[in-house]
Amino acid sequence: MRKLDGRLAILSMLVVVLMVTGGLVSGGTYLSLFNLQSMATQVPEIGLLAIGVMLAMCAGNGGIDLSGIALANLAGVASGLVMTQFIPVYDAPWLFTLCFTLGAVVVGILGGLLNGLIISRLGITPILCTLGTQMLFTGLAVVFSDGRSVTIGSPDPMYELGNGVIMGVPYSFLIFLAVALVLGAVLRFTPFGMRLMLTGANARAADYSGFAKRRIFTVTYTLSGALAGLAGVIIAARNVNVKWDYGTSYLLIAILVAVMAGVRPEGGSGRIVCVVLSAIVLQLLSSLLNFIGLSNFVRDFAWGALLLAFLAVGRFQLIERLAAGIASGITSARVPRASKG
Amino acid sequence: MTMTQSTFDNRNAAPPAGRHHPRAGLADTFTRHPELVSLCLLVAICVAVALINPAFLSPTSLIDMGRASVVTGLFALGVFSILAAGGIDVSFTAIAAFAMYSLTLFVLKVAPDLPMAAILLIAVAGGTALGAVNGWLVHELRVAALIVTIGTQYLFRGILLAFIGTVWLMELPPQMVAFGKASMLDVTTANGATVTLPWYFLVFPAAALLTWAIFNRTLMGRAIFATGGNPEVAARLGYDQRTVHLFVFAFAGGLAGLAGIVHVCANRMANPFDLVGTEIGVIAAVVLGGARITGGTGSVLGTVTGVLLITVVNNVLVLVGIPSTWQRVVVGAFILLAAAFFVTRRGKLQSRNRKPSP
Repeated sequence: MRKLDGRLAILSMLVVVLMVTGGLVSGGTYLSLFNLQSMATQVPEIGLLAIGVMLAMCAGNGGIDLSGIALANLAGVASGLVMTQFIPVYDAPWLFTLCFTLGAVVVGILGGLLNGLIISRLGITPILCTLGTQMLFTGLAVVFSDGRSVTIGSPDPMYELGNGVIMGVPYSFLIFLAVALVLGAVLRFTPFGMRLMLTGANARAADYSGFAKRRIFTVTYTLSGALAGLAGVIIAARNVNVKWDYGTSYLLIAILVAVMAGVRPEGGSGRIVCVVLSAIVLQLLSSLLNFIGLSNFVRDFAWGALLLAFLAVGRFQLIERLAAGIASGITSARVPRASKG
Repeated sequence: MTMTQSTFDNRNAAPPAGRHHPRAGLADTFTRHPELVSLCLLVAICVAVALINPAFLSPTSLIDMGRASVVTGLFALGVFSILAAGGIDVSFTAIAAFAMYSLTLFVLKVAPDLPMAAILLIAVAGGTALGAVNGWLVHELRVAALIVTIGTQYLFRGILLAFIGTVWLMELPPQMVAFGKASMLDVTTANGATVTLPWYFLVFPAAALLTWAIFNRTLMGRAIFATGGNPEVAARLGYDQRTVHLFVFAFAGGLAGLAGIVHVCANRMANPFDLVGTEIGVIAAVVLGGARITGGTGSVLGTVTGVLLITVVNNVLVLVGIPSTWQRVVVGAFILLAAAFFVTRRGKLQSRNRKPSP
């Protein structure tokens, strides 16, 4: 059996603690179905981007994807402009929704592929490459839309995608969970997932083992781009409009979610389930701060402080030490004299 | 080239810049001095733009660009120092915003008679302190400086907006207005208007000289390049990593604080939402100037060239008939092309240098 994952336990505990606190502070409204649903519809955008950041970090090589939200906006803007041009939004709602989704994901994949090829073929550091493409993607979105917001409209399927629920659970949240599940399985059970993690853990060993490192990097960043494209679809579905400067703070929050989930920025370790939980924790906290009536600026401050705090937790291995402390406490309680041996 | 590198842990395979191979040709000179490429590019762009639209060379446009380069230039010198040590910083704009707004508010509310020199000193000191926080965190947490400084960017900006203020200050203290206006050079244009090159423009060349002196005339400069090139070797040579990290981030913070105050005086108002968001342009300038994002290289001359290049690109698009919406695309493409160019050139140089060695 796998040993207990301390990070997973802590994050689950945080979810419970935050829910209870929220319930107590708000006198129950925080836990109302409406509020839970509204929180759940806000998780997917950031969650998808965070998984993208996580994949890039896991691949090692100083991996990071800073272009996520820029690419998501570009995907929404580009696909929106093309599709609204050719397909009557309200006369063919299903066709439009399908084509828009497809278009945005394709833009995402192309953008991610560009990142992947630049990093793996040209050997440019991921930070520099994705800084450049972040600017490029944002710039293209500005050029295409002339700096204005693009109205997608909300035909039924789009509206449902952004706001609808099935058996009380929002569609967008289910899509997010499904994507996370598939990627989690890919990382855990496929050769690609294994190689991705091993390359991140020790690039030189991966080299000697004959891994196709270039292909791994290309696929990883392409996946991250596809996730950004999907995030773009959900952003469009939730907001009716898309604009090039949507979600300027998402870059930080996506990285914060990944770091909180225990993804090591140096690569080689990270679990999707933790990223999902960590995105949920952040959303719960954000809504809680809202309920208390604190301004967005306090929230920004809190995110910065939280990111640094979790970096410190990772650096000094506080969770591992805590877990070890508890474990040794249990053993010594069971076998009181064992420590003298 | 090994692929195991995070921001503060990398192994440089490139030969030290500046040492010439006996058979070094023109191409090698460019590779060893990447700032020359940017310089040629800058000259080429300027000539081309001047041919298309002679208005580019008018005193108005030149002085405008000179003024616009000061804040970017101060930021860029700081970023250059950090890149040279193998780190990166995206929090400097937040430091500048913090310093400029809280200091302006302080002078307005508490000490209206504070002389300008004292204001500048306090700005530099405050920026240095915040920068030192960055350096300390980067050193202690041992995480990629990018992630740490993203955190501190939000921290500093959050403190500013949540606890200090969000209201634009439209009425500056008189000494700050005077500092922004003090004219070094007045030029009367053909249509009778007067353009002013203010004294504060000199802050940029002065800071560049100071940075040059630190990097070329002090042991600290050696230590910074050594740390950026290979931290383990630098540590074994006895360079204290903690001091280097603290120094570069504090130095960049001090320059950012100064840039913030100059920005306020030049614009004659303090907007707490300003500056943050311009980081990428500054980093682009430094990278275009030939500094590698993995550390150990770069030069002050290159950084200044990069700043001028970015300033010119930002200002001439409209002059040559490209809509200003294209600005980000052009800068983004420049970053990628410059990075690709330097990486490919370096690769060629390495593979050729490797062959003759026994």
